[in-house]
Amino acid sequence: MTGQQTSTVRDTDSGKAPEATAPASARWRAAVPPPTILVLIGVAIAIVVVAGITNDSFLTEGNMTNLLRQMVTTGLLALGMLLVILTGGIDLSVGSVVALTGIMSAGLVSGLPLPLAVLMAIVIGVLCGTVNGIMVARFSLAPFVVTLASMTTFRGLTYVYSKTPITPTTPDFLTLGSQNVGPIPIAAIITLLMFALGWVLINRTSAGRALLGIGGNREAVRLAGVKVQRHLVLAYALSGLCAGVAGVILASRVGIAQPSLGQGFELDAIAACVIGGASLSGGRGTIGGTLAGVVLLGLIDNLLSLYDVQSYWQQVLKGLIIAVAILVRRGERQNT
Amino acid sequence: MRLELRGVRKGYGGVEVLHGVDLTAEGGQVLAIAGANGAGKSTLIKVLAGAAPLDGGTILLDGEPLTLRGPEDAQALGFRTVYQELSLVPQMTVTENVLLGALPTKRGLVDWPAAHARVRALLEEIGFADIDPRARAGKLSVARQQMVEIAKALAVEPRMLVLDEPSAVLAGTDLDRLFDLIRRLRERGVAILYVSHRLAEVMEISDRITVIKDGRVVDTLTPALTSEDEIIALMAGRRLEQIYPDRVPESGKPLLSVRGLSRDGAFDDVSFDLAAGEIVGMFGLVGSGRSEVARCLFGADRQTSGTVELDGAVTRFRTPGDAIGAGIALVTEDRKHSGLVLGMDITDNTTFATMPRISHAGLLNTRRRAANVQDMIERLGINPPRPEMPVRHLSGGNQQKVVLAKWLLTRPRVLILDEPTRGVDMATRVDIYRMIDELTREGVAILLISSDLAEVLGATDRVLVMRGGRLVAEVGSADTTEDEVLAHSVGVAA
Repeated sequence: MTGQQTSTVRDTDSGKAPEATAPASARWRAAVPPPTILVLIGVAIAIVVVAGITNDSFLTEGNMTNLLRQMVTTGLLALGMLLVILTGGIDLSVGSVVALTGIMSAGLVSGLPLPLAVLMAIVIGVLCGTVNGIMVARFSLAPFVVTLASMTTFRGLTYVYSKTPITPTTPDFLTLGSQNVGPIPIAAIITLLMFALGWVLINRTSAGRALLGIGGNREAVRLAGVKVQRHLVLAYALSGLCAGVAGVILASRVGIAQPSLGQGFELDAIAACVIGGASLSGGRGTIGGTLAGVVLLGLIDNLLSLYDVQSYWQQVLKGLIIAVAILVRRGERQNT
Repeated sequence: MRLELRGVRKGYGGVEVLHGVDLTAEGGQVLAIAGANGAGKSTLIKVLAGAAPLDGGTILLDGEPLTLRGPEDAQALGFRTVYQELSLVPQMTVTENVLLGALPTKRGLVDWPAAHARVRALLEEIGFADIDPRARAGKLSVARQQMVEIAKALAVEPRMLVLDEPSAVLAGTDLDRLFDLIRRLRERGVAILYVSHRLAEVMEISDRITVIKDGRVVDTLTPALTSEDEIIALMAGRRLEQIYPDRVPESGKPLLSVRGLSRDGAFDDVSFDLAAGEIVGMFGLVGSGRSEVARCLFGADRQTSGTVELDGAVTRFRTPGDAIGAGIALVTEDRKHSGLVLGMDITDNTTFATMPRISHAGLLNTRRRAANVQDMIERLGINPPRPEMPVRHLSGGNQQKVVLAKWLLTRPRVLILDEPTRGVDMATRVDIYRMIDELTREGVAILLISSDLAEVLGATDRVLVMRGGRLVAEVGSADTTEDEVLAHSVGVAA
């Protein structure tokens, strides 16, 4: 009875087409729409072209740099979120972890050497994720409930650490979030590197295949000798790691760390994964798709601001666009 | 009623499965469909259920062209399908499952007494009055669940009933009752399509047998004018000389010694030896504790007491990983539930149990992995031979080969097979028996758990019989009969 509702996996990353051995396969290829990632790239290019023609400020170097910078937080969170989603879980606490690690890095940096302060904040993120992972894996609690509880707990801890915004005093701290290499923000380079590592993890390590397997059929991989609990903890810990890095970068970019930082960020991260083809029931999702989802969400945010759309309408439009993206993917899945 | 398929074509995931199938089903007749794995039986069933739109060809109902746009269309015409995989909602009662979406109401509220009464009447009609309509479906045995599925299909009088491997989970009197039901439905003029690998049943119940191979109809036969051998030959496209390999039982030193193994609520005080190069069968009715013993030996469940010795050393596996490390492999009975990750491809599914061995510092050696997978595809003849194919798209027999491949890669010394041929066609079965036989020549010890009496006697050297959680008999396969083994398993003197 399990698995009947879940639908076919498509290997969107590899782009491997079936070999044309029989006329049947040629016919099949014509009948099936292109994989998610190609659709997403196509849509993104269309948006860029239209925006470039209709808006003078869109294709400027300043706006492009800004766009990349804005994508960093969602990107990092979506990367961690993908690992959790692959196992069939979800991590609602990442927004709170961003706040906790952001404010702690901003606070710690006044008393500790910069690298140590940053490292400690990231370690805090990993710890937050590990707690989630242990609750989910060891005590078999529902990920949604566990991370809903820890979302509140971590947010509370943030306010315990500081009720008021903290302005980091060390000028070097601000470098991380605001400096560029050429037109490209350092933070964006870090994010891309982490995505590359994420790709290696998922596609080239036994741990990554295990994460997918756990989401696809936990019992089958358990009986194949995969240490399920350990891998679940790993997924949540890595989600915490990503959130920690995102928190530090965000605090550094904004230059002032608010305890209310990061509220609702988990939703963008989940949306990026889902738009990119990940299945919330686990076992399916790709790094490329998720990155494309992040870019698409970033473009939408950026454009709605450029066109001076009221922020409440921005939310409405964004919600609708996500809904459409998911509908499109649903139609595509039914074809396989 | 007369339903004709003409030149029906249908493909999935890059492979055309049906290459122009012609078929005629008539009211008041039982048409059996026989075919090897991958022949296209499941796809054909989906086409008839309206669950798979045609890629080509036509369906004629009483001579008129028919288009099935979805399962609703097929249902509206009275076409009912009982799939091999159960689709009951385990948390709901039998009544709710049977009358799903059509519960009788009184003043807008569900009329429970009427609903239960109606379902009780239905269950009586199909010969299973002993199923309680108020019971939760998930609490019933698999065989009972299968009958509830059939009751569900009969909730509205069908014109055509498609049964996909209905006997896979039924045995003995349950099967007789099913056959009685089929005969009564036939008299009422229902067209029945009986899809099964079990040729003895097919010969018994059907009026005509259509054999399909590689997505084409090979022949349509009348049971009285054919033989099982002929059908097997047609299905396989070659004549199978012999189903079970000849075995010369030899009893060497025990490789695995089980002493007083118990697990509360599952089985009690089980002791036996397994020697290298030996094939030992384990027979027992569902619920006799066979699979539980296997899971325990494999470290998937904990034992309450008893010892297991491997090569003379006492071992205690805490996880399946420990057991795999020690050279024990378990092919579980339900490949979809516990054997395969359906959404992932052949490569991943074949290598899940050996990932640590083909990785270095966590990084997979993808070249070695690909080579291993290729070896297995060739050795076991997995079809289609495409490593990147999601196993969901494979036929039952090929899915089972993927599970076997996963365990062969672990190079086991003790291979436990739990119902390895369930839902697997005859040609693949023969492949599996031959492969097991070859493994024993390399010194592997095999424990073959099965509820198929012919198999448990034919493919093994000796047989252990379980009943009610206890090991009740041990007999040499060559010196016993099916009747004797069955008698031990139900507890009556032979």
